Amino acid sequence: MDATTQLHWSKMRQEPGWLVRVLDNKAVLIVACLLPAVGLLTVFLTYPLGLGIYLAFTDTTIGRSGYYVGLENFEFLFTDPIFWNAVFFSVFYTTLATIGKFGLGLWLALLLNQHMPFKSFLRAIILLPWIVPTVLSAIAFWWIYDPQFSIISYIFVDVLGWRETNINFLGSEWPARFSLIAANIWRGIPFVAISLLAGLQTISPSLYEAALLDGASSWQRFRFITFPMLLPILAIVMTFSIIFTFTDFQLVYAITRGGPVNSTHLLATLAFQRGIPGGQLGEGAAIAVSMIPFLIFATLFSYFALARRKWQQGEGND
Amino acid sequence: MAYLIKRRDIAGIGAATMLAGTAAAQSNIPTQPATAPRLPIENGATLRMLRPVRFVQPDEEVFRANCARFTQQTGVQVRVDFVGWEDINQQTAVTGNTGAGPDLIIGFGDAPHVYADKLVELTDVAEYIGTKYGGWKTLAQRYGKRHGTNNWIGLPFGASGGPLVWRKSALTEVGFEKPPEDHANYLRLCQALKRANKPAGFALGNAVGDGNGFANWLIWSFGGHLVNEDGTPGINSRETIAALNYLKELYATFIPGTIAWNDISNNRAYSSNELFLTANGVSLYFSLKNDPATAPIAADTEHTLLPKGLASTSPMAGLTLNAMVFKHSRYPNAAKALLQFLLETEQYDPWLQANLGYWAQPLNAYGQSAVWSSDPKVSIFRDTMDTGFWNGYRGPITEGTAAANADYVMVQMCASVASGQATPEAAAREAERRAARFFRRR
Repeated sequence: MDATTQLHWSKMRQEPGWLVRVLDNKAVLIVACLLPAVGLLTVFLTYPLGLGIYLAFTDTTIGRSGYYVGLENFEFLFTDPIFWNAVFFSVFYTTLATIGKFGLGLWLALLLNQHMPFKSFLRAIILLPWIVPTVLSAIAFWWIYDPQFSIISYIFVDVLGWRETNINFLGSEWPARFSLIAANIWRGIPFVAISLLAGLQTISPSLYEAALLDGASSWQRFRFITFPMLLPILAIVMTFSIIFTFTDFQLVYAITRGGPVNSTHLLATLAFQRGIPGGQLGEGAAIAVSMIPFLIFATLFSYFALARRKWQQGEGND
Repeated sequence: MAYLIKRRDIAGIGAATMLAGTAAAQSNIPTQPATAPRLPIENGATLRMLRPVRFVQPDEEVFRANCARFTQQTGVQVRVDFVGWEDINQQTAVTGNTGAGPDLIIGFGDAPHVYADKLVELTDVAEYIGTKYGGWKTLAQRYGKRHGTNNWIGLPFGASGGPLVWRKSALTEVGFEKPPEDHANYLRLCQALKRANKPAGFALGNAVGDGNGFANWLIWSFGGHLVNEDGTPGINSRETIAALNYLKELYATFIPGTIAWNDISNNRAYSSNELFLTANGVSLYFSLKNDPATAPIAADTEHTLLPKGLASTSPMAGLTLNAMVFKHSRYPNAAKALLQFLLETEQYDPWLQANLGYWAQPLNAYGQSAVWSSDPKVSIFRDTMDTGFWNGYRGPITEGTAAANADYVMVQMCASVASGQATPEAAAREAERRAARFFRRR
């Protein structure tokens, strides 16, 4: 052991290879890590959206690339009663279905929040309508609403004898619209109920205990504790629910295909009908694009009307 | 697309019975002397073909066997892909526009007219086959030839029609031997059926096949038409208004709910003894016949062509198979030779028989095929392609034709009047507005 052997231990600090240097560079790292995400977003979100918006300004049909026609598609749609009917029904459908879903869903969530036997089992069952693929439940409802073979008609006509004729659910405008809304509410309740249930369980029991000591009635406890504490999650769930309902396609397409006489077309089904079976890709895209303002409005409404509390934006509550 | 769901009703049946022995019944197809065009097959040719999926299993088996025989005789490898009915139009569109893909496609009626510029002319084959087999039927000529010319751009392979399907016992009960050909008596029949609680019913919902079939019949049988000969909308006419006024009376006799019907609804109602007169393809009859539970209904079922009304032939247009060869094919002669081969009696007749009447021939001589004598109740379908009507009647066949059909312009005009949502005049104006959009000049 002498000094010379020890010298071998203190190696010269090696100059790092170019790869190491490149990978140590912060800018390079940022680009490299973001690239996959940006790539995915560009390919699967930005490009289709951009293409859709571009198509809305052309007269493309299936099988023929179109020419730029400016606002011609929109001008036609503005004079098209079927389009306005779809706008009306989309708004009507979304409004009514959302009210129904939230009314019943909140109620269901409150019930499920109680202590009762088989609690987990019941909660799992509640999710069923939401788990079943939409098209399957749509086909089930299609049978339920069938003019000849409806089980509801069967019960009223053959079992109870209350009616002489079958109920014509889908044969005229308003019954068809309400039938679809009922189906949508049935399907949407679990999502709302389970989300709100999650919200309910985050509310500290001590708040209720304090309220009880102050002698609050059950309505007061709901109004001044449950509801305000639930608002943030309500806003999020409602935003999602409105978007899903407004852009609903499968229920309507499987049950009525927009009939009778176009009275149940939503913007989404009308866009598909015009764009794919009708072949007018440009016009279909224009209909789809015209949904964007409604969706932005609905989102902004949920956010600003329901979520205007400071503490939701990360500040302290006062 | 029209009869897609119905196909399943019977898919598979008869597979064993028809093809087990491979030997189809002998038909005596008369031929005339004709000289085949010279089609020197290119060296090393291979072909790829698309066609819609089968109605019945033997369809595919015989079709593949025919192509295999072509390979055997010419050495040209043929690959056939069977495509879903909803997809074939889109795939044709992509093929036509990209100039790549299959060499030939058997698509639906209007496709060759939409892509006429991209197709190889087939006049030589069509003339040879036509001469040899007693001439092309009216509908085949309409779909095969480029509008206003004698140049063939498509070779129709068959059509599927939707005539009246009715219960003999019900009609006898109300004092009719068969459905009358004129509007007044036809209405009387439907009224009598309603009184007897054995109602008629026709789809007025968004049903591509049945809905359009009924709406077209109604308007055409009164002399109306969607498009004028020059391709401008002609729906807003006196004839249309008359037809829609008649519909109001006729609709009152229907079984409730037909406005919500899709393509399968009338099959179900008819099969469960709730509906006694409707219009449908042959699939309904076969599904009844092959289910022991409904066989008595089949025995009581008759087919007749749709009432003529004011027209000279029965106003219905079959869904037509139309073969086309693309210019981008490197082996156009081989492709033409294949189509010619498939239409020759040794190949075509077994195929026709395998289809049990689902597809009716485009050539007169095949009227002698054994398939039409196998079951007298099916023989009516033999004349499907004799009709002087086509989808987009009176106008040239364009992409607007198919689009107006798929967008239910005619069906919704009828349904809005039947449901009382619109007056006949308003409904006709609305249909004209929509048609103007589809048939605008580009």
